[in-house]
Amino acid sequence: MEDHELKPIIEALLFVASDPVSLDRIHGVLKGVEKNRIKSLLLQLEQEFMLSNRGFHLLEIAGGYQFVTRSDLAPWIKEMERVRAASRLSRPGLETLAIIAYKQPVTRGEIEMIRGVDAAGVLKTLLDRKLVKIVGRKEVPGRPMLYGTTQTFLKYLGLSNLTALPTLKEFSEMADEASVEEAPMLPLGTIEPRVFDEEKSILESSE
Amino acid sequence: MALETPYEVKLEAFEGPIDLLLHLIKKNEIDIYDIPIALITEQYLDTVNLMQSLNLSVAGEFLVMAATLIHIKSKLLLPTPETDDQEEDDPRIDLVARLLEYQRFKAASEAFEVRESIWRDIFPRGDTEAPELLPEEIPISDLNVYDLIGALSDLLARRPDPIVMQVTTETLTVKEKMQLILESLEITESLLFEELFSKVFSRHTIIVTFLALLEVVRLGLIRVIQADLCGSLRLVKTENFGRS
Repeated sequence: MEDHELKPIIEALLFVASDPVSLDRIHGVLKGVEKNRIKSLLLQLEQEFMLSNRGFHLLEIAGGYQFVTRSDLAPWIKEMERVRAASRLSRPGLETLAIIAYKQPVTRGEIEMIRGVDAAGVLKTLLDRKLVKIVGRKEVPGRPMLYGTTQTFLKYLGLSNLTALPTLKEFSEMADEASVEEAPMLPLGTIEPRVFDEEKSILESSE
Repeated sequence: MALETPYEVKLEAFEGPIDLLLHLIKKNEIDIYDIPIALITEQYLDTVNLMQSLNLSVAGEFLVMAATLIHIKSKLLLPTPETDDQEEDDPRIDLVARLLEYQRFKAASEAFEVRESIWRDIFPRGDTEAPELLPEEIPISDLNVYDLIGALSDLLARRPDPIVMQVTTETLTVKEKMQLILESLEITESLLFEELFSKVFSRHTIIVTFLALLEVVRLGLIRVIQADLCGSLRLVKTENFGRS
Protein backbone atom coordinates (compact mmCIF):
# COMPACT_ATOMS: atom_id res chain seq x y z
CA MET A 1 0.00 0.00 0.00
CA GLU A 2 1.05 3.54 -0.62
CA ASP A 3 1.79 6.02 2.12
CA HIS A 4 -1.26 8.08 1.24
CA GLU A 5 -3.40 4.98 1.79
CA LEU A 6 -1.72 3.91 5.01
CA LYS A 7 -1.73 7.24 6.73
CA PRO A 8 -5.54 7.56 6.97
CA ILE A 9 -5.73 4.02 8.30
CA ILE A 10 -3.30 4.82 11.08
CA GLU A 11 -5.11 8.04 11.76
CA ALA A 12 -8.40 6.17 12.05
CA LEU A 13 -6.91 3.62 14.42
CA LEU A 14 -5.63 6.37 16.65
CA PHE A 15 -8.95 8.14 16.46
CA VAL A 16 -11.05 5.27 17.78
CA ALA A 17 -8.70 4.39 20.61
CA SER A 18 -9.13 6.12 23.92
CA ASP A 19 -5.73 5.03 25.18
CA PRO A 20 -2.31 5.52 23.66
CA VAL A 21 -1.86 3.03 20.81
CA SER A 22 1.51 1.38 20.66
CA LEU A 23 3.50 0.86 17.50
CA ASP A 24 3.15 -2.88 18.04
CA ARG A 25 -0.60 -2.65 18.08
CA ILE A 26 -0.69 -0.73 14.82
CA HIS A 27 1.72 -3.23 13.37
CA GLY A 28 -0.64 -5.99 14.50
CA VAL A 29 -3.31 -4.47 12.27
CA LEU A 30 -1.09 -3.52 9.34
CA LYS A 31 0.75 -6.81 9.34
CA GLY A 32 2.40 -6.47 5.98
CA VAL A 33 3.89 -3.09 6.75
CA GLU A 34 7.30 -2.75 8.32
CA LYS A 35 7.45 -1.19 11.74
CA ASN A 36 9.95 1.38 10.62
CA ARG A 37 7.62 2.55 7.94
CA ILE A 38 4.71 2.80 10.37
CA LYS A 39 6.92 4.73 12.72
CA SER A 40 7.90 7.23 10.08
CA LEU A 41 4.27 7.63 9.02
CA LEU A 42 3.37 8.30 12.64
CA LEU A 43 6.03 10.97 12.78
CA GLN A 44 4.67 12.48 9.58
CA LEU A 45 1.19 12.56 11.07
CA GLU A 46 2.57 14.10 14.21
CA GLN A 47 4.20 16.83 12.13
CA GLU A 48 1.12 17.43 10.04
CA PHE A 49 -1.10 17.92 13.05
CA MET A 50 1.44 20.13 14.69
CA LEU A 51 1.85 22.40 11.69
CA SER A 52 -1.80 22.78 10.88
CA ASN A 53 -3.94 24.87 13.14
CA ARG A 54 -5.77 22.04 14.87
CA GLY A 55 -7.40 21.85 18.26
CA PHE A 56 -5.51 18.69 18.99
CA HIS A 57 -2.16 17.13 18.32
CA LEU A 58 -0.75 13.68 18.06
CA LEU A 59 1.78 12.90 20.76
CA GLU A 60 3.77 9.97 21.96
CA ILE A 61 2.64 9.24 25.50
CA ALA A 62 3.11 6.26 27.77
CA GLY A 63 4.54 4.02 25.11
CA GLY A 64 1.94 4.80 22.46
CA TYR A 65 0.46 7.48 20.27
CA GLN A 66 -2.56 9.49 21.21
CA PHE A 67 -4.53 12.52 20.13
CA VAL A 68 -4.55 15.14 22.85
CA THR A 69 -5.97 18.63 22.97
CA ARG A 70 -3.83 21.72 22.93
CA SER A 71 -3.16 22.95 26.44
CA ASP A 72 -4.23 26.51 25.65
CA LEU A 73 -7.71 25.27 24.80
CA ALA A 74 -8.31 23.87 28.29
CA PRO A 75 -10.67 26.67 29.38
CA TRP A 76 -13.14 25.82 26.59
CA ILE A 77 -13.00 22.13 27.26
CA LYS A 78 -13.61 22.72 30.92
CA GLU A 79 -16.52 24.98 30.06
CA MET A 80 -18.19 22.32 27.96
CA GLU A 81 -17.46 19.21 29.93
CA ARG A 82 -17.32 20.65 33.40
CA VAL A 83 -14.25 18.58 33.92
CA ARG A 84 -13.23 18.60 37.47
CA ALA A 85 -9.49 18.73 37.47
CA ALA A 86 -7.78 16.21 39.66
CA SER A 87 -6.19 17.81 42.64
CA ARG A 88 -2.53 18.55 42.17
CA LEU A 89 0.02 16.59 44.08
CA SER A 90 1.42 18.13 47.20
CA ARG A 91 5.13 18.81 47.54
CA PRO A 92 5.72 15.63 49.53
CA GLY A 93 3.73 13.81 46.86
CA LEU A 94 5.84 15.18 44.03
CA GLU A 95 9.10 14.54 45.86
CA THR A 96 8.14 10.98 46.64
CA LEU A 97 7.01 10.45 43.08
CA ALA A 98 10.33 11.78 41.79
CA ILE A 99 12.28 9.45 44.07
CA ILE A 100 10.24 6.47 42.91
CA ALA A 101 10.52 7.48 39.26
CA TYR A 102 14.29 7.66 39.38
CA LYS A 103 15.15 4.95 41.88
CA GLN A 104 12.59 2.31 41.06
CA PRO A 105 12.23 -0.32 42.24
CA VAL A 106 12.56 1.31 45.62
CA THR A 107 11.39 0.50 49.13
CA ARG A 108 9.56 2.77 51.49
CA GLY A 109 12.58 2.77 53.77
CA GLU A 110 14.81 4.02 50.99
CA ILE A 111 12.36 6.81 50.20
CA GLU A 112 12.20 7.81 53.84
CA MET A 113 15.98 7.80 54.05
CA ILE A 114 16.16 10.37 51.27
CA ARG A 115 13.36 12.63 52.43
CA GLY A 116 14.02 12.19 56.13
CA VAL A 117 10.34 11.84 56.95
CA ASP A 118 7.71 9.16 57.10
CA ALA A 119 6.37 8.22 53.67
CA ALA A 120 3.39 6.02 54.53
CA GLY A 121 0.66 8.59 53.91
CA VAL A 122 2.19 9.95 50.74
CA LEU A 123 2.71 6.47 49.35
CA LYS A 124 -0.91 5.64 49.98
CA THR A 125 -2.01 8.71 48.07
CA LEU A 126 0.24 7.84 45.14
CA LEU A 127 -1.01 4.25 45.17
CA ASP A 128 -4.64 5.42 45.32
CA ARG A 129 -4.07 7.65 42.34
CA LYS A 130 -2.39 4.76 40.58
CA LEU A 131 0.70 6.79 39.88
CA VAL A 132 2.82 4.13 41.55
CA LYS A 133 2.34 0.45 42.17
CA ILE A 134 3.91 -2.37 44.10
CA VAL A 135 6.30 -4.13 41.77
CA GLY A 136 7.64 -6.82 44.08
CA ARG A 137 9.52 -7.40 47.27
CA LYS A 138 13.13 -6.78 48.05
CA GLU A 139 14.99 -9.89 49.05
CA VAL A 140 16.35 -8.51 52.28
CA PRO A 141 15.21 -9.22 55.82
CA GLY A 142 11.60 -8.24 56.19
CA ARG A 143 11.10 -8.47 52.44
CA PRO A 144 9.89 -4.89 52.11
CA MET A 145 7.66 -4.00 49.19
CA LEU A 146 9.19 -2.36 46.17
CA TYR A 147 7.47 0.51 44.43
CA GLY A 148 7.61 1.60 40.81
CA THR A 149 5.78 4.01 38.53
CA THR A 150 2.80 3.14 36.32
CA GLN A 151 1.42 3.96 32.88
CA THR A 152 -0.83 6.43 34.63
CA PHE A 153 2.28 8.19 35.85
CA LEU A 154 3.56 8.54 32.28
CA LYS A 155 0.21 9.91 31.17
CA TYR A 156 0.02 12.20 34.17
CA LEU A 157 3.23 13.94 33.19
CA GLY A 158 2.85 13.36 29.46
CA LEU A 159 5.95 11.21 29.09
CA SER A 160 6.45 8.81 26.21
CA ASN A 161 8.45 6.52 28.48
CA LEU A 162 10.74 6.65 31.48
CA THR A 163 13.81 7.50 29.44
CA ALA A 164 12.10 10.74 28.46
CA LEU A 165 12.77 11.99 31.97
CA PRO A 166 15.77 14.26 32.27
CA THR A 167 18.61 12.40 33.91
CA LEU A 168 19.18 12.82 37.60
CA LYS A 169 22.69 13.94 36.85
CA GLU A 170 21.31 17.00 35.12
CA PHE A 171 19.45 17.83 38.28
CA SER A 172 22.49 17.30 40.42
CA GLU A 173 24.52 19.69 38.29
CA MET A 174 21.83 22.27 38.44
CA ALA A 175 21.33 21.75 42.12
CA ASP A 176 25.04 22.05 42.72
CA GLU A 177 25.28 25.31 40.89
CA ALA A 178 22.33 26.61 42.79
CA SER A 179 23.85 25.84 46.16
CA VAL A 180 27.47 26.71 45.56
CA GLU A 181 26.70 29.99 43.93
CA GLU A 182 24.58 32.46 45.72
CA ALA A 183 21.31 31.59 44.02
CA PRO A 184 18.93 31.36 46.96
CA MET A 185 16.50 29.09 45.16
CA LEU A 186 16.63 26.82 42.21
CA PRO A 187 15.64 28.95 39.28
CA LEU A 188 12.80 27.08 37.68
CA GLY A 189 13.70 28.26 34.23
CA THR A 190 16.98 26.45 34.20
CA ILE A 191 15.73 23.14 35.42
CA GLU A 192 13.04 22.63 32.86
CA PRO A 193 14.03 19.51 31.03
CA ARG A 194 14.65 19.75 27.30
CA VAL A 195 11.77 17.49 26.39
CA PHE A 196 9.52 19.80 28.18
CA ASP A 197 10.67 22.86 26.26
CA GLU A 198 9.99 21.22 22.96
CA GLU A 199 6.59 20.01 23.99
CA LYS A 200 5.58 23.34 25.33
CA SER A 201 6.10 24.96 21.98
CA ILE A 202 4.25 22.13 20.32
CA LEU A 203 1.34 22.20 22.65
CA GLU A 204 0.75 25.85 22.98
CA SER A 205 -1.01 26.98 19.88
CA SER A 206 0.41 26.90 16.48
CA GLU A 207 -0.56 30.11 14.87
CA MET B 1 23.24 37.83 64.00
CA ALA B 2 22.09 34.30 63.79
CA LEU B 3 19.29 35.14 66.14
CA GLU B 4 17.45 37.63 64.02
CA THR B 5 16.90 35.26 61.15
CA PRO B 6 14.68 32.40 62.33
CA TYR B 7 11.61 34.54 62.67
CA GLU B 8 11.25 35.18 58.99
CA VAL B 9 11.23 31.50 58.36
CA LYS B 10 8.04 30.09 56.92
CA LEU B 11 7.60 27.11 59.14
CA GLU B 12 4.90 25.24 57.35
CA ALA B 13 7.02 24.97 54.25
CA PHE B 14 9.42 22.38 55.57
CA GLU B 15 8.82 18.86 54.51
CA GLY B 16 11.28 17.50 56.99
CA PRO B 17 14.60 18.00 58.71
CA ILE B 18 16.62 17.72 55.50
CA ASP B 19 14.45 20.29 53.82
CA LEU B 20 14.94 22.63 56.74
CA LEU B 21 18.70 22.15 56.69
CA LEU B 22 18.83 22.81 52.99
CA HIS B 23 16.85 25.97 53.51
CA LEU B 24 19.28 27.21 56.17
CA ILE B 25 22.23 26.43 53.95
CA LYS B 26 20.76 28.39 51.07
CA LYS B 27 19.66 31.24 53.24
CA ASN B 28 23.16 31.64 54.66
CA GLU B 29 24.72 31.17 51.23
CA ILE B 30 26.86 28.41 52.55
CA ASP B 31 28.98 26.05 50.49
CA ILE B 32 27.25 22.74 50.93
CA TYR B 33 30.62 20.95 50.94
CA ASP B 34 31.90 23.02 53.85
CA ILE B 35 29.05 23.51 56.24
CA PRO B 36 29.82 25.55 59.34
CA ILE B 37 28.21 23.05 61.67
CA ALA B 38 28.13 25.31 64.72
CA LEU B 39 26.20 28.03 62.92
CA ILE B 40 23.82 25.66 61.19
CA THR B 41 23.19 23.66 64.35
CA GLU B 42 22.34 26.82 66.22
CA GLN B 43 19.92 28.03 63.57
CA TYR B 44 18.43 24.60 63.21
CA LEU B 45 17.76 24.35 66.93
CA ASP B 46 16.36 27.90 66.96
CA THR B 47 13.91 26.96 64.27
CA VAL B 48 12.88 23.75 65.96
CA ASN B 49 12.41 25.63 69.23
CA LEU B 50 10.31 28.19 67.43
CA MET B 51 8.18 25.45 65.98
CA GLN B 52 7.68 24.06 69.44
CA SER B 53 6.86 27.43 70.92
CA LEU B 54 4.22 27.90 68.25
CA ASN B 55 2.71 24.63 69.39
CA LEU B 56 3.39 22.99 66.08
CA SER B 57 3.91 19.36 66.63
CA VAL B 58 7.55 18.79 65.89
CA ALA B 59 7.98 15.41 64.37
CA GLY B 60 10.51 13.07 65.87
CA GLU B 61 12.58 13.26 62.70
CA PHE B 62 13.45 16.86 63.42
CA LEU B 63 14.81 15.88 66.79
CA VAL B 64 16.82 13.01 65.36
CA MET B 65 18.47 15.45 62.98
CA ALA B 66 19.12 17.84 65.85
CA ALA B 67 20.90 15.05 67.67
CA THR B 68 22.90 14.22 64.54
CA LEU B 69 23.99 17.83 64.16
CA ILE B 70 25.08 18.06 67.77
CA HIS B 71 26.92 14.80 67.41
CA ILE B 72 28.80 16.07 64.36
CA LYS B 73 29.54 19.33 66.09
CA SER B 74 31.01 17.55 69.09
CA LYS B 75 33.08 15.30 66.86
CA LEU B 76 34.53 18.30 65.07
CA LEU B 77 35.48 19.84 68.37
CA LEU B 78 37.45 16.80 69.46
CA PRO B 79 41.05 16.63 68.33
CA THR B 80 41.43 13.94 65.69
CA PRO B 81 43.60 11.09 66.84
CA GLU B 82 46.99 11.14 65.11
CA THR B 83 47.00 7.39 64.58
CA ASP B 84 44.29 7.42 61.96
CA ASP B 85 45.15 8.15 58.38
CA GLN B 86 44.82 11.69 57.21
CA GLU B 87 41.65 11.09 55.25
CA GLU B 88 39.78 10.01 58.34
CA ASP B 89 36.34 11.00 57.29
CA ASP B 90 34.94 14.35 57.97
CA PRO B 91 31.91 13.62 60.18
CA ARG B 92 29.93 15.86 57.85
CA ILE B 93 30.35 13.61 54.83
CA ASP B 94 27.23 11.53 55.33
CA LEU B 95 25.15 14.58 55.96
CA VAL B 96 26.44 16.32 52.84
CA ALA B 97 25.67 13.24 50.77
CA ARG B 98 22.13 13.15 52.09
CA LEU B 99 21.65 16.85 51.47
CA LEU B 100 22.90 16.59 47.91
CA GLU B 101 20.73 13.61 47.18
CA TYR B 102 17.65 15.24 48.60
CA GLN B 103 18.39 18.41 46.67
CA ARG B 104 18.48 16.46 43.43
CA PHE B 105 15.10 14.93 43.99
CA LYS B 106 13.70 18.22 45.09
CA ALA B 107 14.82 19.74 41.79
CA ALA B 108 13.32 16.78 39.96
CA SER B 109 10.03 17.22 41.80
CA GLU B 110 9.95 20.87 40.78
CA ALA B 111 10.30 19.83 37.17
CA PHE B 112 7.51 17.31 37.72
CA GLU B 113 5.35 20.09 39.05
CA VAL B 114 5.88 22.14 35.91
CA ARG B 115 4.89 19.21 33.74
CA GLU B 116 1.95 18.44 35.98
CA SER B 117 0.55 21.93 35.56
CA ILE B 118 0.83 21.76 31.77
CA TRP B 119 -0.57 18.28 31.46
CA ARG B 120 -3.58 18.84 33.62
CA ASP B 121 -4.75 21.15 30.83
CA ILE B 122 -4.27 18.58 28.11
CA PHE B 123 -7.04 16.14 27.47
CA PRO B 124 -6.70 12.89 25.60
CA ARG B 125 -9.38 11.79 23.19
CA GLY B 126 -12.53 10.43 24.75
CA ASP B 127 -11.56 11.06 28.30
CA THR B 128 -13.93 13.73 29.39
CA GLU B 129 -17.24 11.98 29.73
CA ALA B 130 -16.88 11.16 33.40
CA PRO B 131 -15.74 14.01 35.55
CA GLU B 132 -12.79 12.38 37.11
CA LEU B 133 -13.23 11.67 40.73
CA LEU B 134 -9.68 10.93 41.55
CA PRO B 135 -8.93 10.41 45.19
CA GLU B 136 -8.25 13.61 46.97
CA GLU B 137 -4.82 14.40 48.24
CA ILE B 138 -6.05 14.29 51.78
CA PRO B 139 -7.62 10.96 52.56
CA ILE B 140 -10.42 10.81 55.04
CA SER B 141 -8.73 11.28 58.31
CA ASP B 142 -9.59 11.57 61.90
CA LEU B 143 -9.39 15.09 63.11
CA ASN B 144 -7.88 16.25 66.32
CA VAL B 145 -9.22 18.71 68.80
CA TYR B 146 -7.41 21.62 67.09
CA ASP B 147 -9.23 20.99 63.84
CA LEU B 148 -12.49 21.06 65.74
CA ILE B 149 -11.60 24.27 67.49
CA GLY B 150 -10.81 25.74 64.08
CA ALA B 151 -14.24 24.70 62.86
CA LEU B 152 -15.83 26.26 65.92
CA SER B 153 -14.19 29.60 65.38
CA ASP B 154 -15.33 29.55 61.76
CA LEU B 155 -18.82 28.88 62.95
CA LEU B 156 -18.77 31.66 65.49
CA ALA B 157 -17.35 34.07 62.97
CA ARG B 158 -20.08 33.27 60.47
CA ARG B 159 -22.80 33.64 63.03
CA PRO B 160 -22.46 36.83 64.97
CA ASP B 161 -24.53 37.01 68.08
CA PRO B 162 -27.90 38.24 66.85
CA ILE B 163 -29.58 40.95 68.77
CA VAL B 164 -32.54 39.21 70.29
CA MET B 165 -34.69 39.90 73.19
CA GLN B 166 -33.85 37.10 75.46
CA VAL B 167 -36.48 36.51 77.99
CA THR B 168 -35.57 33.21 79.45
CA THR B 169 -32.05 32.01 79.80
CA GLU B 170 -31.36 28.77 78.11
CA THR B 171 -30.89 26.01 80.52
CA LEU B 172 -29.49 23.35 78.26
CA THR B 173 -26.55 21.65 79.88
CA VAL B 174 -23.64 19.91 78.25
CA LYS B 175 -25.00 16.61 79.43
CA GLU B 176 -28.40 17.16 77.87
CA LYS B 177 -26.82 18.29 74.66
CA MET B 178 -24.65 15.18 74.56
CA GLN B 179 -27.81 13.13 74.85
CA LEU B 180 -29.35 15.06 71.96
CA ILE B 181 -26.32 14.47 69.75
CA LEU B 182 -26.35 10.77 70.45
CA GLU B 183 -30.08 10.57 69.85
CA SER B 184 -29.86 12.31 66.51
CA LEU B 185 -27.15 9.89 65.45
CA GLU B 186 -29.29 6.94 66.37
CA ILE B 187 -31.60 7.56 63.46
CA THR B 188 -28.94 8.44 60.92
CA GLU B 189 -25.55 7.18 59.91
CA SER B 190 -23.72 10.45 60.00
CA LEU B 191 -24.27 14.08 60.69
CA LEU B 192 -22.64 17.18 59.33
CA PHE B 193 -20.88 19.43 61.77
CA GLU B 194 -23.01 22.33 60.52
CA GLU B 195 -26.24 20.39 61.02
CA LEU B 196 -25.43 20.12 64.66
CA PHE B 197 -25.62 23.87 64.88
CA SER B 198 -28.41 24.49 62.42
CA LYS B 199 -31.05 25.34 64.96
CA VAL B 200 -28.71 26.94 67.38
CA PHE B 201 -28.61 30.67 67.53
CA SER B 202 -27.01 31.97 70.64
CA ARG B 203 -23.30 31.81 71.23
CA HIS B 204 -24.00 30.25 74.57
CA THR B 205 -25.77 27.29 73.00
CA ILE B 206 -23.15 26.96 70.28
CA ILE B 207 -20.53 26.60 72.93
CA VAL B 208 -22.55 24.18 75.00
CA THR B 209 -23.15 22.11 71.88
CA PHE B 210 -19.49 22.22 71.03
CA LEU B 211 -18.45 21.12 74.51
CA ALA B 212 -20.95 18.29 74.27
CA LEU B 213 -19.43 17.26 70.95
CA LEU B 214 -15.93 17.28 72.42
CA GLU B 215 -17.15 15.14 75.24
CA VAL B 216 -18.76 12.47 73.06
CA VAL B 217 -15.64 12.40 70.92
CA ARG B 218 -13.51 12.05 74.02
CA LEU B 219 -15.66 9.18 75.23
CA GLY B 220 -15.00 7.48 71.90
CA LEU B 221 -18.66 7.30 70.91
CA ILE B 222 -18.30 9.49 67.85
CA ARG B 223 -15.56 10.25 65.40
CA VAL B 224 -15.19 13.36 63.34
CA ILE B 225 -13.91 12.85 59.83
CA GLN B 226 -13.22 15.02 56.86
CA ALA B 227 -13.17 13.89 53.25
CA ASP B 228 -10.90 16.58 51.90
CA LEU B 229 -8.92 19.51 53.09
CA CYS B 230 -11.66 22.08 52.79
CA GLY B 231 -14.57 19.70 53.05
CA SER B 232 -17.15 19.69 55.73
CA LEU B 233 -16.68 17.85 58.96
CA ARG B 234 -18.84 14.84 59.46
CA LEU B 235 -19.74 13.04 62.65
CA VAL B 236 -19.96 9.29 62.51
CA LYS B 237 -20.63 6.65 65.11
CA THR B 238 -17.82 4.51 66.36
CA GLU B 239 -18.10 0.86 67.28
CA ASN B 240 -18.55 1.96 70.89
CA PHE B 241 -21.66 3.92 70.01
CA GLY B 242 -24.30 1.43 71.04
CA ARG B 243 -22.61 0.62 74.31
CA SER B 244 -23.21 3.93 75.97
